[in-house]
Amino acid sequence: MPKDHGIGARSKRREDVRFLTGTGHYTDDMAMQGQTYAVMVRSTVAHGKIVSIDTSEAAAMPGVLTIFTGEDFAEVGGNPAGWLIHSRDGSPMREPKRPVLAHGKVRHVGDAYAAVVAETYAQAKDAAEAVAAGTVIEELPAIVDLAAAVANADNRVHDEIPDNLCFDWGWIEDNREAVDAAMKSAEHVTVLELVNNRLVPNAMEPRSSIGEYHPASGEYKLTTTSQNPHLTKLLVCAFVLGIPEHKLTVVAPDVGGGFGSKIYHYGEEALVLAAAKKLGRPVRWTAERTESFLTDAHGRDHVTKIEVGAKKDGEIVAIRTTTLANVGAYLSNFSTATPTFLHGTLMAGPYKVPNVYVNLKAVFTNTAPVDAYRGAGRPEATYSLERAIDKMARELGLDPVEVRRKNLITPDMFPYTTPVALQYDTGNYQATLDKALEMADVAGFEARAAESKARGKLRGLGLSTWIEACGIAPSHLVGQLGSRVGLYDAATVRVSATGTIQVMTGAHSHGQGHETVFAQVVAEKLGIPEENVEIVHGDTSKIPFGMGSYGSRSLAVCGSAIDRAMDKIIDKGKKIAAHMLEASEGDITFENGSFAVAGTDKAKSFGEIAFSAYVPHNYPLETLEPGLEETAFYDPNNFTYPAGAYLCEVEVDPDTGSVDILSFTCADDFGNVMNPMVVEGQVHGGVVQGIGQAMIEHTAYDETGQLLTASYMDYAMPRADDVPMVTVDHSCATPCTHNPLGVKGCGEAGAIGSPPAVVNAVIDALQRGGYAHVTHIDMPLTPSRVWAAMRG
Amino acid sequence: MYNFEFAKPATIGEAVSALSSEGAQALGGGQTLLPTMKQRLAAPETLVSLTGISEMKGVCLSDAGEVCVGGATTHATVAAEAAAHYPALAALAGRIGDPAVRNRGTIGGSLANNDPSACYPAAALASGATIKTNARDIAADDYFQGMFTTALDEGEIITEVRFPVPEKANYQKFLQPASRFALVGVFVAKYADGVRVAVTGASSDGVFRWTEAEEALNGSFTKDAIDALSPPDGDMIADLHGSAAYRAHLVKVLTGRAVAAAG
Repeated sequence: MPKDHGIGARSKRREDVRFLTGTGHYTDDMAMQGQTYAVMVRSTVAHGKIVSIDTSEAAAMPGVLTIFTGEDFAEVGGNPAGWLIHSRDGSPMREPKRPVLAHGKVRHVGDAYAAVVAETYAQAKDAAEAVAAGTVIEELPAIVDLAAAVANADNRVHDEIPDNLCFDWGWIEDNREAVDAAMKSAEHVTVLELVNNRLVPNAMEPRSSIGEYHPASGEYKLTTTSQNPHLTKLLVCAFVLGIPEHKLTVVAPDVGGGFGSKIYHYGEEALVLAAAKKLGRPVRWTAERTESFLTDAHGRDHVTKIEVGAKKDGEIVAIRTTTLANVGAYLSNFSTATPTFLHGTLMAGPYKVPNVYVNLKAVFTNTAPVDAYRGAGRPEATYSLERAIDKMARELGLDPVEVRRKNLITPDMFPYTTPVALQYDTGNYQATLDKALEMADVAGFEARAAESKARGKLRGLGLSTWIEACGIAPSHLVGQLGSRVGLYDAATVRVSATGTIQVMTGAHSHGQGHETVFAQVVAEKLGIPEENVEIVHGDTSKIPFGMGSYGSRSLAVCGSAIDRAMDKIIDKGKKIAAHMLEASEGDITFENGSFAVAGTDKAKSFGEIAFSAYVPHNYPLETLEPGLEETAFYDPNNFTYPAGAYLCEVEVDPDTGSVDILSFTCADDFGNVMNPMVVEGQVHGGVVQGIGQAMIEHTAYDETGQLLTASYMDYAMPRADDVPMVTVDHSCATPCTHNPLGVKGCGEAGAIGSPPAVVNAVIDALQRGGYAHVTHIDMPLTPSRVWAAMRG
Repeated sequence: MYNFEFAKPATIGEAVSALSSEGAQALGGGQTLLPTMKQRLAAPETLVSLTGISEMKGVCLSDAGEVCVGGATTHATVAAEAAAHYPALAALAGRIGDPAVRNRGTIGGSLANNDPSACYPAAALASGATIKTNARDIAADDYFQGMFTTALDEGEIITEVRFPVPEKANYQKFLQPASRFALVGVFVAKYADGVRVAVTGASSDGVFRWTEAEEALNGSFTKDAIDALSPPDGDMIADLHGSAAYRAHLVKVLTGRAVAAAG
């Protein structure tokens, strides 16, 4: 019988009660006494010199309180990159300043160069138009195309960076010669050039920030849509505005989705704080949807050439990739880590490949900044690899399933160190592959294909065997690699006198379900009801300094910190119990919420121990402090490595190029699963986002740097009828060996594993249907693109 | 959105009078106009809502057997009430946008706007419908004059659209994946005096009749008759969602499918 409580139970998401009944508490919902409204004045050209800004007309308009321009922030700091990358020649990356407001030049459509604060939103909008009308910007040629950006030394996004190159990175540079040699002597080399299409994150809730300042105390408060409030606080205080860190509280309340885009600190957050101080009144700003399209950090945008050297039997001997990665106009906080250490390190995939080398050039363009988006670097690596291996199998006349099987790392090889510096601790890639093949009834595919053919349709099957690295750590290693932050996390477990519990976590839930799942973890370990556990997150004045939620780290890192804090609670509880039960501490056991003297029936419940801790009448005060509250910081000693096999079955309409995704099957290894329902939901969501990227989502700039897909009229998001039922399984679990919960993380898997499975399926359908010349189509596989490819 | 005045007249006469003032703009269901105003791309001084005029709402049959749809009738109402009389028209209405759009958007609003990717223009043109206004009757063949351009004069209101009911008809719509407007839509209607084929979504001139297909179908109302044709020439739209050649190809494919589906 399935559990109905604690770890492994399908506990219903407690946060959904408020989300589904309209009682969530989002930033823009919060009304403040005396509040004012900020509207940003944004560039309508992609690249231009700011000649003059005349704010006099706007300043005289009704309700206008103050106007800022880039000049006002010229003396404060910039928004920094969180990871220092060194180029192959040892030189540090180029880091242009990212100011609060553009100063001197505007560098992408939507780049804010001024801001108006007024009594009402409409007044601020009107005045912002007047500021725009009073501004002279001399338009410069836009730098949009990646290859042209690097080739043209005269046209510069940042005047001090001649070739628009942020860095030229090799991973691992010492591998280069061996990889070149192995490629040269390989019996077969498959070459594939592909584009990983740029995406707009499209969180349902647009970014929103409220700044407050209290002159009497000098304290600031920022309420904002953030995935990591402590990080935002650190950036605002230490790098941008110079506010003493103890004088700023950052609160990220209910946040309606992030997918990476709300990891980063944005200029609007600094603006509302500076404006609140100037005015002594709360200042609020909320993005309109168009602003979200123009200014949220975008995702992906790689142009890659991948080469796979193989023996005739399909054994891979070398992998080499050469990539241009778009970082946009400015370096967003993790824009330099995403295409490097979250991408190049995954280029061996789940395969025992002896030689791997990755070269990646990060390029500035006059487009919105690009940063981590669900999967972050790992989808790009997986897509390149899984597409190229499929193509290699086809070129060698081999079965794509068998080629993968031949190359997969086998269970006896763990721990396995790849040529690109990761050490996979555990896994069983054969098991997930076999499971997926069984679940998708691959044995019955030929019969289904024949049935499709009878209806004039082309059926195809696509596979990807993917791996990712989650819970990026440990801090000392990432520090050596250039990270400017630690990647531990923290939790405080506060037991009340009556035995109920508050957990203050450094994780931030913006849809994931932490409030439910973390409570299950606590309830299981302490033997108490889930409903006696409350999870507190998002308020830097309440929670310990944690690093927030991204990279599928919440359970693996933050959950482990909670587990460690509970260890301390139990240890202290044993001391209290030993005193109360007049036994030695070593004889106390803790099980099912009961502290007992081993081998006797003497016991105290968790609640009795908690009460004694706060009403310490019968308590070892001479050796033990009262109270029952513990904090733990947890710094993992490795990444976690979720992996799996995804199968996609499609039908192509040869008359129109339309693709119908008939089924999508996922066999995942996430290690131990805390709440199967929540995990399934995460995989469903991730797969839908991956299908979106593969099939319809596309961010297009024209040659002048105008965003062509700046609304839902042109940017297609997947809807329910665009996706099939997604069948998921996570029974092939190999628990993580180095964190206490044995968990690996599941948030990004679906978005990582699915795009190559979809594209492989469509190529398979076309190949089977007689379109032998179609060996690749760049995403998204819209009907128009598929039809054009079929036409040749 | 900028500030504006709002009027909601109860009769066609009051509406015509309200629209005669400078800067006045008729408002149907607002499914195009309101988003445009929210983006500050339109700034009418006065919005004159036509949704309070009861004589402009509903679906009925004329003595001549035409389906008469009031100009302020929502798509959802047409989908429900025209189903018994003109199933292809009702099916078209039932696939415009999503339920929210269908319960706000009106036939008069759609035809007055004449978006080159809208569905209703294809139905009106293929049916040889009559666009009745407060001032006159306009034949569909004279009404559509290029994208976002119609024969309507300033302040003229579509009060009713009369659709002759064909023997057979079908509308095939190929969705633009983002907006779910028609990337291409083809309405085929077979009348006793001939077949009419109207295409929306494809041409930069807006909705048009594919006369070669009409001639071929007059000879033989079969998909095979279409298969023998080349895709239509003309100034096809080319954008992110489809090339001109792709749109032309889709016109042919969808026409064949519409004929097959019409039976």
